[in-house]
Amino acid sequence: MTSYRTPLGRARGKGAAGHGVTHWIAERVSSAALVPLVLWGVFAALRLAGSGYDGAVGWMQESPLNPVLLGLLIAVSFQHMHGGMRVIVEDYIHKPSTKVALLLLNLFVCALGGALAVFSILKVALGGV
Amino acid sequence: MTDAAGAPRERPLSPHVQVWRWHMTMATSILHRATGVALYGGALILALWAVSLAVGPDCYAGVMGLLGSPLGKLVLFGLTLSVFYHLGNGIRHLVWDTGAGLDVKTANASAIANFAFTIVATLAVWAIAFMTGAV
Repeated sequence: MTSYRTPLGRARGKGAAGHGVTHWIAERVSSAALVPLVLWGVFAALRLAGSGYDGAVGWMQESPLNPVLLGLLIAVSFQHMHGGMRVIVEDYIHKPSTKVALLLLNLFVCALGGALAVFSILKVALGGV
Repeated sequence: MTDAAGAPRERPLSPHVQVWRWHMTMATSILHRATGVALYGGALILALWAVSLAVGPDCYAGVMGLLGSPLGKLVLFGLTLSVFYHLGNGIRHLVWDTGAGLDVKTANASAIANFAFTIVATLAVWAIAFMTGAV
């Protein structure tokens, strides 16, 4: 059936609107979570800086709160910095092969670093040292 | 897109970074990205710290020795500045996302407030670290 609506009339309220904002929202949600996590992290770092190996292991095991908050700080930070670095690569690198290579490198570095750190935290917290 | 003589008309160019007069909000925006990149490295250092703790006392002592060296302390001081700058400026961005505080006067004022917060919070953290004997 022939439509007499203009292309603009058909597109309005449809199309990409509502999609494609996933990364934008993810960056804001993770930043909101990171505000308290980072402040706690600075507090934790001050306590851990002079406590030595035994002190750090004890800190990991003294309550579930410490390893869980540290694990969350790591997980959310790595997700947030992956998104941030992704935007930087997309802004400045326009050669498709280089761009894809850097985006993959960014993803793999963040996934590997985050996984290694969270596993290490769990290992120490669960008494594996 | 040709004029009467048929020659191509001079096309307008979007202004590039060299032609902008430096202003506060431009600097804070660039610094937000720069500190974000610095914190990318900082998060990897934090991951290294966690891994070294899981590996054992010798590895942990090695990493803490690196972080406690003069160069390590300089890096950590820079990361402290970056953390507080990016945190404060991130909050500015979250406020802007609601549509508030976007006018030049308010944006300049919040930029100055964030610079002040960054310096005061960083100095406070390092003062506490020195007083408690952490460094």
